[in-house]
Amino acid sequence: MKQFFEGSHAVAQIVRLCSPGVISAYPITPQTHIVEDLAQMVADGKLDAQCVNVESEHSAASVVLGSEACGVRSYTATSSQGLLYMAEVIFNIAGMRLPIVLTCANRAISAPINIWNDQQDSISLRDAGWIQLYAENNQETVDLHLMAYRLAEDKSIMLPAMVCMDGFILTHGMEALDMPEQALVDKFLPAYKPLYKLDTADPLTMGALAGPDYYLETRFAIQDTFKDVLGLLPKISEEFRGVFGRDYKDCLVEEYFTKDAERVIVAMGSVCGTIKEVVDELRKKGKKVGLLKVISYRPFPYARICEALKNVSKVAVLDKSVSLGAYPPLATDIKAAFCGKKKAPKIISSFVAGLGGRDITLESIRDIFRKLTVREVNGEFIDLKPELLKEKYED
Amino acid sequence: MKTNPLFKPGHTACAGCGQAIAARLVIEAAGPNTIIANSTGCLEVFTTAYPETAWAVPWIHSLFENSAAVASGIEAALKYQGKKDTTNVIAQGGDGGTADIGLQALSGMFERGHDILYVCYDNEAYMNTGVQRSGLTPFDTNTTTSPAGSTSMGNPRPKKPLPEIAAAHGIPYVATASAAYFQDLQRKVKKALSIKGPKYIQVHVPCPLGWRHETNLTLEVARLAVDTGLYPLVEYESGVLSGRRQIAPKPVEEYLKVQARFKHLLKSPDEIKKIQEIADNNIKKYGLKVEAAPQT
Amino acid sequence: MFGPLIVKPQKSQGCKTGAWRVQSRPHFLQKNCIACKMCLLVCPEHCIYGDEKNTYGTDYTYCKGCGLCVKVCPKQDIEMTEETGENN
Repeated sequence: MKQFFEGSHAVAQIVRLCSPGVISAYPITPQTHIVEDLAQMVADGKLDAQCVNVESEHSAASVVLGSEACGVRSYTATSSQGLLYMAEVIFNIAGMRLPIVLTCANRAISAPINIWNDQQDSISLRDAGWIQLYAENNQETVDLHLMAYRLAEDKSIMLPAMVCMDGFILTHGMEALDMPEQALVDKFLPAYKPLYKLDTADPLTMGALAGPDYYLETRFAIQDTFKDVLGLLPKISEEFRGVFGRDYKDCLVEEYFTKDAERVIVAMGSVCGTIKEVVDELRKKGKKVGLLKVISYRPFPYARICEALKNVSKVAVLDKSVSLGAYPPLATDIKAAFCGKKKAPKIISSFVAGLGGRDITLESIRDIFRKLTVREVNGEFIDLKPELLKEKYED
Repeated sequence: MKTNPLFKPGHTACAGCGQAIAARLVIEAAGPNTIIANSTGCLEVFTTAYPETAWAVPWIHSLFENSAAVASGIEAALKYQGKKDTTNVIAQGGDGGTADIGLQALSGMFERGHDILYVCYDNEAYMNTGVQRSGLTPFDTNTTTSPAGSTSMGNPRPKKPLPEIAAAHGIPYVATASAAYFQDLQRKVKKALSIKGPKYIQVHVPCPLGWRHETNLTLEVARLAVDTGLYPLVEYESGVLSGRRQIAPKPVEEYLKVQARFKHLLKSPDEIKKIQEIADNNIKKYGLKVEAAPQT
Repeated sequence: MFGPLIVKPQKSQGCKTGAWRVQSRPHFLQKNCIACKMCLLVCPEHCIYGDEKNTYGTDYTYCKGCGLCVKVCPKQDIEMTEETGENN
């Protein structure tokens, strides 16, 4: 039965259902409701967990690193500045193969300071070795957390996972959704069994210095494991469908009317909901348009994307982040997927929208479809206000 | 050498390393039911270069500034598992990883009241990266980033009073110790581990390479630091000074002349006077001088 | 796939630091020893062994020749001698 939830509260619920033993986070807008809710649940005796109220995000990540290393399922959440502050620990956690799950409430990065949504924060850490899954709506957010723990803790994977939800849009958005039941969660998600842990009964050293003779192979191992993730996530999604009834197909991408489309937008996150509305509207008018939603950003599903878009003649990639000085991140990955391929879209244009919470409207999406012409466009900013660019700073 | 030592030979510390002596004494006093979170630094590098490890207890190294936070996570996990009462948690690091870059995590750990012993191995500079000055580098010390020269007498600042900062957090136990006084160090470690809550022990450990003295003088140098009053051995319980090792004070010059890091001072009696003042202030403040026997 | 990540304690003694000695090594006379254990405690390598009086010695596979044991012995029962190049 569907219940009405604010996104953050839904996340707190699903995390509670996953029974973490240690939770540690530092408050940052717009993640705050998640952690406040979890603290209240512990205070009310609804969740048996140790809540460590740390003095910074760097310490929050370090605390869950320590607790996960002892074999206890752990959880943290952050956003923007907080994610960057713990960046060092993020790389550390992946390198140590600790399957922590983290919620990133996507928010823009300072300077200038801005608390509204874009995806620059999690995108900036795409190289760290974390699985990154992007949610379109709050139902997906809930379901992705459950699948994230299952995937991360798989004996063949043992990599941390970041579930990315658009700040304010999803965290503070109200939605009617199906919250899984505890019994089914317990069926789907077994107890965490670490590869190795800190235990006085069986001492070992974690985090040794790995010189030039050893470091390379640890990175190769993670890279290789991401291939296994691409193979395992569809199986987990199938299992999820069996238990909970919701079908995410391979959970790598979602194809929305792409089969016969002439123009497709590729995007991640909540903007996909807006794009779907425009696709529906244009399809009623007989236009052959579609949306390819990317769910798994890391590992990047190159093969799946080629399969989905190889017959589409014009593709627009919508990035909610920007790699300053180069093509936008998602666009770069999409172009790389088709580089050297015989069957590829004729045009792959890229657009940047929504930075700092700039609203992406139905009209913005219609505009992108319009701009998908024979002329390839690279990194064009949508809904730019030229009057703001007239500022002059002179003596 | 024990048949099953907790800290094994074959590590790559410099010959005569004071930190190697102290680290071994600490873990032996703590025993096998101990989990260690270690900061980046000399100790971490010379004990755990893959595929070697000198540690026979569970040991984790994460980053430079976060061993107090990692230890907090370990302590929380042990509490969740119901194992905290039978397992010691020790976080350890050098003066750099504790007093400077690690101060935030340390303070947070103290404030939250975790049941953790933090041991700081104070060799008075960032030794592992090449003897750069730290917040615990003493006044007038020659280091690579506070070098003595024609316009400088070395480090212009006094040691950050980290034991007092720790005590000001109101934690149950704070102590300073020295690599020269083995039993005192082990007594303090055992005492700390018998108390619940955050504890801090700062151990003075000479570094033959960074301080520039002969490898066989490590103990002598450490003893002189204590005996001149420059490194008071004290204990605080719940923020109040509760114990001190009394000394028959020696002049600071005896300590300075055995280490080439102070060589530039030997021609400057004014600077030596300033350092003597530091020692005299310590002696007065902590009541370090052995009182003369009362006349009958 | 994981790669080199953890080390178990039994791998700890692979680095034979005795090879660092160049000029001298400690020689345990085992004559006036009072079993105070100071040499055993001071050794940064923890490679000095011994129990009762005059049973103390060092494992030359690991001894770096720092000379602290010589300095600390209250009975001068250890002396620095020329390095022979053998690890026995």
